[in-house]
Amino acid sequence: MRYGRGRQIPDAEGDMTPMIDMTFQLIAFFMILINFSEGDQNQLIRLPASELAKPPDTAPAYPITLQMTSKGTVFYGVEEYTLDGIVPILQVEKQLVERRGGDYRDTTIIIRADRYAKTGRVQELIRTCQSVGFEKFTLRAKQEST
Amino acid sequence: MKFRGSGTRTGGKIELMMTPMIDVVFQLLTFFIMTFKIVSPEGDFFIKMPLAAPSAGVPSDSQLPPIKVRLTAAAGGRLSGIYMSERRLGSFEELRQQVRLLVGDQAGPGGAGDAEVEFDCDYDLNYENVMKAITAVSGYVASDGRIIRLVEKIKFAPPRKE
Repeated sequence: MRYGRGRQIPDAEGDMTPMIDMTFQLIAFFMILINFSEGDQNQLIRLPASELAKPPDTAPAYPITLQMTSKGTVFYGVEEYTLDGIVPILQVEKQLVERRGGDYRDTTIIIRADRYAKTGRVQELIRTCQSVGFEKFTLRAKQEST
Repeated sequence: MKFRGSGTRTGGKIELMMTPMIDVVFQLLTFFIMTFKIVSPEGDFFIKMPLAAPSAGVPSDSQLPPIKVRLTAAAGGRLSGIYMSERRLGSFEELRQQVRLLVGDQAGPGGAGDAEVEFDCDYDLNYENVMKAITAVSGYVASDGRIIRLVEKIKFAPPRKE
């Protein structure tokens, strides 16, 4: 019987190129889709759905996003406020818009209210914003597939 | 002149260290996968809520009076009734049909572009019902997928007491 003793067996090397290609493509995909706007989309808020809710073509010049929970409190960014507590924040925002050379009346208040929030509370939030001087409002809804 | 090391090096194959790069790449991939969040698209409805202006005076003759829609709430904020100009309606679809009858689908004078709807809602009414009502008066999706706009001017009556 004859054995191949002494014959050199080369190291088996896997081809890494397709795996690296694939991995880079995945990274590129996730990098493009990553969303850093955490403050604008609070997970506590379950938006009402509407079949007519389409993303706007142009973003408002000076948007301020206020999010109302089902309890009636208001989130601005990640901080939670009462209706009275949001007034100083809105006044600061108004001054900031003016300092940037803008007109605070062009500021659009985007209201993201929870579907189970009381309508009266949402109206009170609008009134609170009006008392500071803001006039433009949009109500945000989740796009409903038809 | 003799250069140091000349002639002593052989043309050996330079091997790249792939392990650290693959480590970093997989860490990046893990980070992006863990932070990935599917966000459904959102849209806005413009609400006309200017400050009360006493100097505005009497509205012009060409300005149509707003269509008044009343939404009442039952216990727990559920919708108990839809009224349009004191007339009770059975559903939001009926509200849409009534608005279509009033303003029509066409733009122009006296059309949907000029019409205005004022919502008068109970304080405790769940907000999702208001959004359904706004959707009903704002338009509808035609059979070919196009969005037909009806009323674009929407406002709220002063909030009712809790």
